[in-house]
Amino acid sequence: MTTTRTAPAARRPADVPRRSKRTGAAARAPWLLLAPFLGLFVLTFLLPIVVAILSSFTKVTRSGLFGEAGVTSEFAGFSNYAQALADGSFVASIGRMLLFGIVQVPVMIVLCTVLALMLESASAKWPGFFRAAYFMPYGVPGVIATILWSFLYVPGLSPLFDVAKIVGLTPDFLGANSVLWSIANIVTWSYTGYNMLIIVAQLKAIPVELYEAAKVDGASTWRVARSIQLPLIRPALMLTTVFSIIGTLQLFAEAQVLKTVAPAIDSQYTPNLSAYTTAFAYNDYNVAAAQSVIIAVAAFALSFAFLALTNRKSS
Amino acid sequence: MTATATKPPVTPAARARSAGPDRSAGRRRSSTIIVTALLVVVALYFLIPVYWVFVASTKSTADLFSTNGFWFAPTFSLWENIGRVVSYDNGIFGRWFLNSAIYAGIGALLATYFAAAGGYALAKYEFKGRNLVFGTILGGVLVPGTATALPLFLLFSQMGLANTYWSVLLPSLVSPFGLFLCRIYAQATVDTSLIEAARIDGAGELRIFHTIGLKVLTPALVTVFLFQLVGIWNNYFLPLVMLSDSELYPITLGLNNWLSQVDRLPEFYELTTGGVLLSIIPLSIAMIVLQRFWRGGLTEGAVK
Repeated sequence: MTTTRTAPAARRPADVPRRSKRTGAAARAPWLLLAPFLGLFVLTFLLPIVVAILSSFTKVTRSGLFGEAGVTSEFAGFSNYAQALADGSFVASIGRMLLFGIVQVPVMIVLCTVLALMLESASAKWPGFFRAAYFMPYGVPGVIATILWSFLYVPGLSPLFDVAKIVGLTPDFLGANSVLWSIANIVTWSYTGYNMLIIVAQLKAIPVELYEAAKVDGASTWRVARSIQLPLIRPALMLTTVFSIIGTLQLFAEAQVLKTVAPAIDSQYTPNLSAYTTAFAYNDYNVAAAQSVIIAVAAFALSFAFLALTNRKSS
Repeated sequence: MTATATKPPVTPAARARSAGPDRSAGRRRSSTIIVTALLVVVALYFLIPVYWVFVASTKSTADLFSTNGFWFAPTFSLWENIGRVVSYDNGIFGRWFLNSAIYAGIGALLATYFAAAGGYALAKYEFKGRNLVFGTILGGVLVPGTATALPLFLLFSQMGLANTYWSVLLPSLVSPFGLFLCRIYAQATVDTSLIEAARIDGAGELRIFHTIGLKVLTPALVTVFLFQLVGIWNNYFLPLVMLSDSELYPITLGLNNWLSQVDRLPEFYELTTGGVLLSIIPLSIAMIVLQRFWRGGLTEGAVK
């Protein structure tokens, strides 16, 4: 490395014109490298966002009985948003997801943190096997996971009912009050291992010296977890929580697939399902666009609220 | 991530770590039993649904409803069921499987390459507009994928791309999170003096990226590739919105199509459980084998 760097130095004065050409190439290079990514990013992120925002402010009117006399679109102000927010079922679906998030996200984050700490403690046997077993559901697509669990929720097909009968219980996994928590179970099953792995990665990055110092001081396992491990895995916990909040508001596949076996789930059960129904069942793309924007803004707002809250607490 | 990436491996400390930091002096045996017992119970929770679908796919439709779900029926009809899954509707299941492999394989490979090139450019070049570009892409990390799917469908239908392979493949080629990861990793690991040396030797900028950049970035690339592979394989909303032709379906959409018919035709229970079993085998194995690389990519240098 060093030899190649010093050797051509003598050649440099003769290369002056070539060097200026080279700086031109060096100026173009980053854009050349960025071009494929940026092109696709504009096409699949920026343009759709612009389209969504524009069409959420547009009203399309079809004249004639079946729209055969032409279609006119005009600026509609916030009327699509007003229509979306006046729809009780859509607002209720957002409230439902908030309830879901307030319960499911903390449960999952606590569970994956405890699992990560146990796996990384010296007390765990076969940590490799357990890590792989917990992570495996992440490779099962949400739809497949829901199909899998839906079989376990259906009376007559599921052995869980036989087990419950022994204990004297008659569970109803698909009832109006319980189906939300049945979905929460599927989401927890799918993502706990994935979040756990992010935390394990951060735990592995803690310098051994800290553990050794704690041992010299005679700190207990509990003390080490509280004073060393938990503060140092904070960034991983924040990351997984923010992604979980965004994921909760996007919930779609689980509810849509479970709808086939659970009559308690309607076509507006989650915000995304609502937007999908508005777009493809009612063909009202403009209101659907407004709903999509509301969902994205809500996800942003909640993520930032969470980050602001945790930052204030720490400082 | 960055801090550990640059740290040289400390062998004695690493060795001490591989045995696990000892913080349980005195109560070792009893705590081992308790912790391991808890881990076993949790493992049952994660594994039982998969075990159930395996048992269910060895049964005939009649046995499925009449025998205990956690144990095998007297007649073992796994091969029969799988045969029907594979041959139903002229082997449409194989087609779906292939589609998923195409979307996820090609998508993840190209997405990783594009994210690496972009992340490397943002980390290793000073140029006007760099912060604006990076900030915009970072915003993209937080935009929910489902929020863009509906407008993307409108856009693609106007361009005549809806209901084609491209409609699922093109959005899968972009990974803002991957670019973010590659930029951090390139900043920490790609040596600027090495790039300078290559320049003086007369290597072109693109060639420097392809020979030096990609090589140094490899651990981060594995992570980005795996994230993207799983992301595309598991994606449901985008293909659902884009595709109407069942020949183009990925496996998630296809199996849901079968499930929606069980009400009318109970034989679809067999097809769906068999299909679910076949579809979770490859990715589950991939997850179990690849989770060590995954960890290695995120905390490179910390653990060997």
